[in-house]
Amino acid sequence: MTGLGNAIALYGRYAAASVKSQLQYRASAVMTALGTLLITASEFVAVWALFDRFGQIHGWRLPEIALFYGLISITWALCDAIARGFDNFAQIVKSGEFDRILLRPRSTVLQLLGQELTLRRVGRLVQGAAVLGYAFAAGRIDWTPGRAVLLVGSIGCGICVFLGIVMLQAASAFWTVESLEVWNSFTYGGVTMGQYPLAIYRPWFRALFIYVFPIGCVTYFPGVAILGRPDPLGAPPIVGWLAPLAGPVFLAGCLQIWRIGVRHYRSTGS
Amino acid sequence: MAQIVVEQLVKTYQIAERAPGLWGAVRGLARRRHRTVRALDGVSFAIERGELVGYIGPNGAGKSTTVKALSGILVPDSGRCEVAGRVPWRQRLDHVARIGVVFGQRTQLWWDLPVVESFELLRDIYRVPPARFAQARDQLIALLDLAPLLDVPVRQLSLGQRMRCDLAAALLHAPDILFLDEPTIGLDAVSKLAVRDFIQRLNRDDGVTVILTTHDMDDIEALCTRVMVIAGGKILSDGTLGELRRRVSRERWLTIDLAEAGAVIDDPAAQVIRRDGARVWLAFDPEVVAPAELIRRVTSRCAIRDLFVENPPIETVVARLYAAHRLDPQGAAGGAAQGAAT
Amino acid sequence: MIHPGAASRLAPYRALFGARFRMLLQYRAAALGGLATQIAFGLILIMIYDAFYRSSTAAVQPMAFRQVASYVWLGQALLMMLPWNVDSEMRAMMRSGGVAYELSRPVDLYTWWYARAAAQRTAPVVLRAVPMLVFAMVGLPLLGLGEWRLGPPASLAAAIGFAAALVGALAVACAFSVLLYIAWIWTLAADGIVTVASTAVSMLSGLLIPLPLFPDWARTALRWLPFAGILDQPARIYTGHIASGELAAVLARQLGWTAVLIALGRRLLARGLRRVVVQGG
Repeated sequence: MTGLGNAIALYGRYAAASVKSQLQYRASAVMTALGTLLITASEFVAVWALFDRFGQIHGWRLPEIALFYGLISITWALCDAIARGFDNFAQIVKSGEFDRILLRPRSTVLQLLGQELTLRRVGRLVQGAAVLGYAFAAGRIDWTPGRAVLLVGSIGCGICVFLGIVMLQAASAFWTVESLEVWNSFTYGGVTMGQYPLAIYRPWFRALFIYVFPIGCVTYFPGVAILGRPDPLGAPPIVGWLAPLAGPVFLAGCLQIWRIGVRHYRSTGS
Repeated sequence: MAQIVVEQLVKTYQIAERAPGLWGAVRGLARRRHRTVRALDGVSFAIERGELVGYIGPNGAGKSTTVKALSGILVPDSGRCEVAGRVPWRQRLDHVARIGVVFGQRTQLWWDLPVVESFELLRDIYRVPPARFAQARDQLIALLDLAPLLDVPVRQLSLGQRMRCDLAAALLHAPDILFLDEPTIGLDAVSKLAVRDFIQRLNRDDGVTVILTTHDMDDIEALCTRVMVIAGGKILSDGTLGELRRRVSRERWLTIDLAEAGAVIDDPAAQVIRRDGARVWLAFDPEVVAPAELIRRVTSRCAIRDLFVENPPIETVVARLYAAHRLDPQGAAGGAAQGAAT
Repeated sequence: MIHPGAASRLAPYRALFGARFRMLLQYRAAALGGLATQIAFGLILIMIYDAFYRSSTAAVQPMAFRQVASYVWLGQALLMMLPWNVDSEMRAMMRSGGVAYELSRPVDLYTWWYARAAAQRTAPVVLRAVPMLVFAMVGLPLLGLGEWRLGPPASLAAAIGFAAALVGALAVACAFSVLLYIAWIWTLAADGIVTVASTAVSMLSGLLIPLPLFPDWARTALRWLPFAGILDQPARIYTGHIASGELAAVLARQLGWTAVLIALGRRLLARGLRRVVVQGG
């Protein structure tokens, strides 16, 4: 499919340009990345402290939590790195920059993804990888090629979920420029929530993050399958392998809403 | 078949009226009152391939709305529009691949990158074949004298340099139509002349259709054979500059530099519109008194150091046209239809 | 006894505080957006602690669960009072060398900045705390989630003690805030210092995790750091985890740290300004 190949090649060019831009401010970027590493590390220290005191949470121990924690940290760090165009979208609309995007013969989504590949997010990425490394070392995970593929696939599908949420946040800027921070409840809140297995939450809360914003589908169920644990929620093992697909499905739905938003923008003007 | 055809374009905006204060905001949650603004009220015109058209009007007249509709960004409420056989907003990707747009106040180049890298990114965005791109790029670099700027990050360019780079960037994919919005705003005199020269050459030698939206009347006078005036969403005038002048009035100006600053100038057929020290501006109608006759009469009565006859500046003409439109919206619009027919 | 001299000397600082406070109160839309996120965070944190508490016995629980819930809500309500950031306006001004304008005023710069910090650390709190408190105290029970609510103060004495400790907390927070401003005089890369400070504040004040939940061996050290006095100790007075009799000790520590941080700040400011002037800044 040359269309997709061309789009990927163009994204590669965008990313290279963005990286080059940021490297001009190398010192500041390094400092910010280290800062993020420090902040996220302190967050895990808090988790460690809780397990030091309580030992377990609903039967789950620290190495198992570390799997979920590392997974969602890496997923969010990667999504956050590519989603700056959407994160910043209210400003893009306000400044008229979106008109310029509409004047180019390319998909708006591709152009917004290409706005920036934020290198600073590597701080959280490193933290997530370190926590995940600890989960591999201290947990007793029975690795198979299938589980490895599931792990990587969950991250990919997880990026789809978070990208979809950020896209919804950006799309709401087509209708109102105020109170967009509400969506942080689902992005940052979702990350905090996803650090722990879904099983510890109330049923109505779980339902929100399985059927509406399927973060649980890309962390909890595959995580349970990788750990080889029976699911306290009672889902059959196959769910762990199929649930991540909810990610791309969710993203497709968000893309539709995005298109509706663009159509609205083009008929009401700025 | 004209390249650009616009027929009865209508676009209304709903602007939410918000009552002031906290109580007004609460009321606004329950019931939103809207004010309807007719940005485009039946706009019609046709532009042939290779024309250089000026599109002027006061702020809020509908200029940018028209350009947005023509470039495919905006979907109008009703009316017909075709650009090179395509409906702009329905076939956006195809359409924008064949037009170029330059905004005078906002660059499309990447701020932190050297100019040449912005060009290369645009090549990939517009999918220009490498050979064609190299040819277009080299030609534009030569014409706009960009060679010393290629490796400079855009943020370090002066306004004039940036505008030249933006012009090149908009033409790398060899569009047939170029929209320019305030291309000379903020530029020094030398840069302005360079930009005007380039636009003229582009239009004359390469046959690129150019639509120029600007408040700078010098640009209009220097470049445009055809001028469209829009106000209140309606086209008030569509024709050459000469026709525009004649539509508003036949008035011409006689400017005199007196030998003595305080001398009295008086003539039944002429009206003193301005005095500035020794310089006096007289307005007269050449059909009531021939310029030569007026000159004879005035010079016989006062000592003159210098004089010249000219047209009123186009700003004055346009301002009068707007004013007439405000006093008599129907009459002015009707005149436009006559103007377009001639 | 009224000292007219003192009152007029404080006038410019009061004026700055008042003007800035009123201006910051206008940012209602931003506060509302942030409110929803904070409520979500508070709920998620409480849910996590709830799960830990159900999985453990009282032996390892340093305080009752409902005290934990109240603690979390107080932390969210007072979030903007904690000195974990430098507002963007100040940051932009310091980076562009605007400190020169600040120096040209006939006021004591440290006090000027302290007054400014006081406005920055109170107005946003007022905007957010009231709706947050309403939700946490009244809304949650109405939604059937009363077990996670912010309860009333443990006693009248606790309420009064909380109010007093809040004043002390603000004093410490403002002194720390001004230290962050001063960092910009010493280095342009103060962003890094602010990040480190922000992490320290977040972790050591009880915002990230209630301090009593940290390991027991850390308790003494945490108590004596300035950050505990900004959130942890006032919150625990409110919930009754700190007995009212210990109020004096809490206030004394807050006062002590305020004095230390102010003295340190004044010294660093004076030395820093001399450096700047010498460098021809």
